[in-house]
Amino acid sequence: MNRKIICIICPRSCEIDAEIAADGSVTVSGFGCQRGKRYAESECINPVRTVTSTVCVEGHAPLPVRTDKPVPKAKMFECMKAIAKVKALPPDLHMGDVILEDICGTGANLIAAAGRMRNGN
Amino acid sequence: MAAWDYEYSVVVIGGGPAGMSAAIAAHDCGVSDVLIIERENALGGILRQCIHCGFGLELFKEELTGPEFAERLAEQVEQRGIECKLSTMVLNVSRDKLITTTSAEEGVLTIKAGAIIFAMGCRERSRGALTTPGTRPSGIFSAGAAQRYVNIEGYMPGKEVVILGSGDIGLIMARRMTLEGAHVKLVCEVMPYSGGLARNIEQCLHDFDIPLLLSHTVTKIHGKGRLEGVTISQVDERRRPIPGTEQYVECDTLLLSVGLIPENELTTGCGIPLNGATKGAEVDQDRQTEVPGIYACGNVLHVHDLADYAAEEARIAGKAAAELVRGETGTPADIRLKTDGKVRYTVPQRITVKKDVTVYYRVSDVFDTPRLTVTAKLPDGETRDILTKKYIRLAPGTMEAVKLSRDLTGELPDGTVLEFRLN
Repeated sequence: MNRKIICIICPRSCEIDAEIAADGSVTVSGFGCQRGKRYAESECINPVRTVTSTVCVEGHAPLPVRTDKPVPKAKMFECMKAIAKVKALPPDLHMGDVILEDICGTGANLIAAAGRMRNGN
Repeated sequence: MAAWDYEYSVVVIGGGPAGMSAAIAAHDCGVSDVLIIERENALGGILRQCIHCGFGLELFKEELTGPEFAERLAEQVEQRGIECKLSTMVLNVSRDKLITTTSAEEGVLTIKAGAIIFAMGCRERSRGALTTPGTRPSGIFSAGAAQRYVNIEGYMPGKEVVILGSGDIGLIMARRMTLEGAHVKLVCEVMPYSGGLARNIEQCLHDFDIPLLLSHTVTKIHGKGRLEGVTISQVDERRRPIPGTEQYVECDTLLLSVGLIPENELTTGCGIPLNGATKGAEVDQDRQTEVPGIYACGNVLHVHDLADYAAEEARIAGKAAAELVRGETGTPADIRLKTDGKVRYTVPQRITVKKDVTVYYRVSDVFDTPRLTVTAKLPDGETRDILTKKYIRLAPGTMEAVKLSRDLTGELPDGTVLEFRLN
C-alpha cells in the first residue's frame, strides 16, 4: 500500500511517500531530513502527536502544559481528560517540572511549559 | 530640571519575540543600558497564548511551545540584566526620540533614547474589515482573541464553531477548540488555496476530520443576542459569491482568521511613511526607518511566518542600533529595491551601507516553476541581471529569501534600482 504523508515536523511541510509492504515493513522517500523520515515511518506504524493544553487551577491563570514526547494519536482525548482533572500545582513551579507522570500509560510525562513567575501571575 | 525622566541608549518597544531578540542583540553588541517597554504584565507577547508546538526549530534547534520559546528568550533578557518596564503603554514617540509612556506604577513618563526599536507586532483583521451582511450578535471572535480567552483567561468562547479563513491561527484554534470539547463544523477559505502551513492543515484539520471548504466564504450572519448560524456560499474566481450555492450552517461561534496587520500607530504618529504592501515602515538593510535611529522589526515591519524569523530579523535591528549609538558606521550606498507586482514586496526596500544583505520577499499568487530575476538598473540607463534563482513553487504564504553579497551590490553606483521580478 502506498501513502502520501504531509510531514508536520517543521514548516516546510514536506510531502513524503510511504510504501507499506505486506509484511508491515515501511519504506519512505521524499523526506527532507532524518526527523521527517522518522515521522513518516511512525505515521504508518503508530501515529503520535505531542499534546499541548492548559491546566486550570483556581486562583491562577491557566498554566500551559505539554507532553514531553509525542503520545499515540488515539490517546489525545484521554490525555485531555487527565489534564482537566489536575486541580493543584506545587507553589514553586518551573518550566519543565513534571505535572503528571506517565500520562494515561503512554510513557510520556506532562510537563509545565512555562514557569509560574513569568506566566503573568 | 531635565526635559525627560529617564535616558537609555537603546529602547525597544514591545516585549515579544522580536523585542526581546532585538534587546538581547543590542546588549550583546556592547550597549549596557537597554530598556524594553511592554504593555502586558509579562514578557512574551503573542507567544504567551500560542501554547502549541512548532516554535524554536530555527533558533533553538528543538521543537518548543510558544510559552517555552518566550521563556527561553526572557531568561536571556534576565541574565543580561536588561531592564523591562511591564504594564507600561507607550503613548507617543517623537522624531527626536522622546518616548511618552503611561503606567499605573509611575504615571506619565518621558524617556529619552539614543535609538528606538519598534517591535509592537501586529493585530488581526476584524469583522468590520470584511463587511459581511447580517445581524451583529455575540459569538463572533477573531481567532487570536478566542485563543487568548481559552489559553490565558481560561474561558471557552462557544460549542458549535465555524471558522472563516484558513490562516494558521484559525487552524490552530480548530484543533484547540476540538480538544477542549467544542464541535468545529468546518473551516471555509475564500481563496482556492489555504493561507496556512500544510503541516497545520494536516495536524489541526485532518487529524480531527474537520472539513476545509476552499473557495467558500460566509455571506450572512444570523442570530439575535447570540449567533445562531451563518450562511456560507461558494465563490467564483473573482471571489464573488455564486448565487444558488448558499447553505445554512447552525453554530454559536464564528472565528475569523482573515489576516494580520502590522500595528503601526506609533510609527505613523512620528511621521514615518508605511509601505503599501507590507503595511509596515520602509526600511534599509539594518531595519532602520527613514528617521535615523528609529528601527522596526518583527511583525510590526511585515507579518512573518514564524516567530523564529521575526526573532532573526530583530537581531539585525538590535545589532545595528547598538552600532549606531557606539558611533560605528559603514561605507554608504544608495540602492533602492523595487518589485514587479508578482513579487509583492521586499524587505528591506533600500540598501544604504555596502555590506552582505539578505533580502526577504513574498509573492502575490501561487506560481509553479517560477524564476526570480534581480535586475540592476543603473543611473546611466544600463541594465544588467545580477541574480537569478529557480523555484519549484512559490506561494503567498511562504516568505522567501535571497542573499545579495557585497560583491554583487558593492560596485553598483548610487541611484541604482534593483528590480525583483518573476518570470
